[in-house]
Amino acid sequence: MTDTPRPLLEVENMNVCFRMQSGDVEAVRNMSFTLGRERLGIVGESGSGKSQTGRAILGLTPPPGTMTADRLVFDGIDLLRASRRKLRDIRGKRIAMVMQDPKYSLNPIMTIGAQIVEAYQAHNRAGAKESRDHALAMLEAVRIHDPQRVYDLYPHEVSGGMGQRAMIAMMLVTNPDLLIADEPTSALDVTVQAEVLRILDELVSERGMGLIFISHDLPLVSSFCNRVLVMYAGKVLEEVDACNLDNAKHPYTRGLYRCLPSLKCDVKPLPVLQRDPQWAA
Amino acid sequence: MSDSSSYTTAGMRWLAFRRLVTAIVKTAAVAVITLFGLTVFTFSIARYVPTDPVLAVVGDKASQATYDRVYKEMGLDKPMYVQFATYASRLATGDFGKSRFTQNQVFDDLKRVFPATFELATIGTLIGVLLGIPLGVLAAVRRGTWVDQLSRVIGLIGYSVPIFWLGLMGLLIFYAYLDWLPGPGRLDIAYQYTFESETGLVLFDAARTGQWDVFFDACRHILLPAALLGYFSMAYISRMTRSFMLNELSQEYITTARVKGLSEARIIWRHALRNAFVPLITVVALSYGSLLEGSVLTEMVFAWPGLGQYLTSSLMNTDMDAALGATLLVGIVFLFINLLSDVLYRVYDPRTR
Repeated sequence: MTDTPRPLLEVENMNVCFRMQSGDVEAVRNMSFTLGRERLGIVGESGSGKSQTGRAILGLTPPPGTMTADRLVFDGIDLLRASRRKLRDIRGKRIAMVMQDPKYSLNPIMTIGAQIVEAYQAHNRAGAKESRDHALAMLEAVRIHDPQRVYDLYPHEVSGGMGQRAMIAMMLVTNPDLLIADEPTSALDVTVQAEVLRILDELVSERGMGLIFISHDLPLVSSFCNRVLVMYAGKVLEEVDACNLDNAKHPYTRGLYRCLPSLKCDVKPLPVLQRDPQWAA
Repeated sequence: MSDSSSYTTAGMRWLAFRRLVTAIVKTAAVAVITLFGLTVFTFSIARYVPTDPVLAVVGDKASQATYDRVYKEMGLDKPMYVQFATYASRLATGDFGKSRFTQNQVFDDLKRVFPATFELATIGTLIGVLLGIPLGVLAAVRRGTWVDQLSRVIGLIGYSVPIFWLGLMGLLIFYAYLDWLPGPGRLDIAYQYTFESETGLVLFDAARTGQWDVFFDACRHILLPAALLGYFSMAYISRMTRSFMLNELSQEYITTARVKGLSEARIIWRHALRNAFVPLITVVALSYGSLLEGSVLTEMVFAWPGLGQYLTSSLMNTDMDAALGATLLVGIVFLFINLLSDVLYRVYDPRTR
């Protein structure tokens, strides 16, 4: 843990609530954490509120959802009181987010190059030539061997792994301080997952960014991050050091860990997580 | 970043272009087949409806000998396929037969009435698109607010109020009471006999020859009927735009655009609407097609000498050649519009290339 005098992001008592006709759904409850220029993993199962946490930080809780918090401060800027304009400035320029599936998260009728240029020009006064050069350099940085060609392709013309690398390029072209990666490899083939992760890993280290890595893959998160928040039913059950995951205290975390199949010893049947209603309380 | 890579891109684009051309040729082939079916259809109508084409020519007081002679002259004694071949080859040379009612060649009649409908339908569609799309976008973006409600009411009126009633009310208010606009017709009576329209498109010819007084008079005349058609087309287009926009705005790439810190205006107009255009092309084309077919009621109310009126009156007078010629034209127009929307769609959406 690298503690800086001023943390990059402070979240205190954040709640995300969706008012539905069938009643309120509390997607995130009493979430608090502090982040430096480090890697924080958020794990949890589907619907545990991990993705909504990422969106809420960016102020992108989709309607009819609302986000409230006692404190939400990014690098000294109070995001709760910031104007829409200020928030827009921060989005993309200082905080960026890589989403799950490039098939849906890229605009289908814009070329990949145009989408990267758009991200760059949204925050930099730059001409066509300069923006293009930046986009091409960024495509090269995510290990696309033929940036000139990929620049002019449409999202449906590239593979999932290539699309996700383009997405990473688009989000990092403005050199943000914090990257939220929302299950960046879940939609990809297992064979390309590792490669995309390695690229992400390198770029985050190189640029000294803070990273919030959202995933349901506990071992992956523990190998990738410094600290891990374990979420369940919208609440943080516990915070553990990634290297210490084996010694997690909470029965949910331990249960999850035990459910993982192992190549070394054959466990039959695999243990099933015994849920305690108390956890969600 | 080598030359070879850009060559590959060019190669890929060339392949895409060839695919596009192939697709267009295929679509055109389908169009030709459809056209053939259409002529078979109109031919069959002419032969199998219970009106006697011979009687229509000779009248019911003619002798049996006259009747038989004309029957032979019209080739009705020949086998059906010979009759069809004759019919098709006549159509191919632009011979649609002669209208009994107007005593003109049907082809010349159509050349006269279709431009009137074309002018009206085009301006109506322009109004519908220019107002309907922004209204639909606003309704989607401000979903559930008064803008959305207003667009819903406008749409509802457009669907449910009869067009002739709105037309008559429009004439009553703007012509009879307020006297802001001229009455029915395409041109003022003063110009009707002095202005010679070469193409039949009065607005176009007047502007082309620089006769601005005629042009403005024609504008004043077309305003009310075009606004009326535009209103109905707007009602439809705005509802469709709203639903397409709601669909696009819920897509993940919109969240991406927000994450990038783009302005809301750019997200709505550049990202969501451009994607919504893909299905909108078909909607606008169909709406345009239905207006080009001639809106009978509007043309009646506004004494607009267009295709709808021509078709209706020839049907009323059992003027078979005229009715079939007009039907054929409607079919051809629809075919053409479909072809056009298909091509536009392919050019616009990279995924279909």
